[in-house]
Amino acid sequence: MSLPFFWVLALIAVGASIMVVASQNPVRSALYLVTSFLCVAAFYITLSAQFIAAVQVIVYAGAIMVLFLFVIMLLNLSAPQALRETGRLHPIATIGLAVVFISTLVFSQSLAPLSRSLTTSATAESLGTVEAVGLTLFSSKLPWLFPFEITSILLLVAVIGAIIMAKRRVD
Amino acid sequence: MVPTQYYLVLSGILFTTGVIGVLVKRNPIVIFMCIELMLNAANLSFIALGRHFGQMNGQMYVIFALAVAAAEVSVGLGIIVAIFRAKETINIDEINLMKF
Repeated sequence: MSLPFFWVLALIAVGASIMVVASQNPVRSALYLVTSFLCVAAFYITLSAQFIAAVQVIVYAGAIMVLFLFVIMLLNLSAPQALRETGRLHPIATIGLAVVFISTLVFSQSLAPLSRSLTTSATAESLGTVEAVGLTLFSSKLPWLFPFEITSILLLVAVIGAIIMAKRRVD
Repeated sequence: MVPTQYYLVLSGILFTTGVIGVLVKRNPIVIFMCIELMLNAANLSFIALGRHFGQMNGQMYVIFALAVAAAEVSVGLGIIVAIFRAKETINIDEINLMKF
């Protein structure tokens, strides 16, 4: 991927995620979050993770954001005032936190610099295809099959928990 | 070819934005969105490093992180709806029942 394309996408992603925090209206935050997710999906494609990019668009930008918007609409119907942000952003605290976190990250990378990339263009091409992901995930020689099965139990527990939590109490 | 360090710094900036959102916002729905932002930043650095070393492991971790994020959002939003039904507010400052 060319460098200008990276900069444009990175600017959009960072701007959208700052707007998620800065906007007062939760619906707008959700829409900015979709923009940020789509930019990250584009980064996945350029990092030769095509399958993960498709999953990102379907699960994050599709399913999870629809869930968010549904809950915002549900709560908005009964009490439009309840969702409004009451407190103000504290600019000094926010900027201080940002400086501390980013300087920690940059400092940690200067402490332990990365070696040269081991990826050749041939391995990069076949790294994230559906075939490669499936072969890695379901191979009996690699340790990913058992976590995959555990994940299904996790999702089942989440489904049951969400239903119990959202059920109207009869009394 | 974009260096891997650029992706790591970008992921760090996105993560920082998420942390600031969690600390600053009062609306639990937006706080959940910021948690998703942090998960996404972590996923981005997983995939960038997996590509850097030519390994599939990074993408595998991202698949499991996606599943956990989906489960977490569904349960968390269920909790928010239940709290709203019980207390008629979701302001994070007024929900202090479990505060010591």
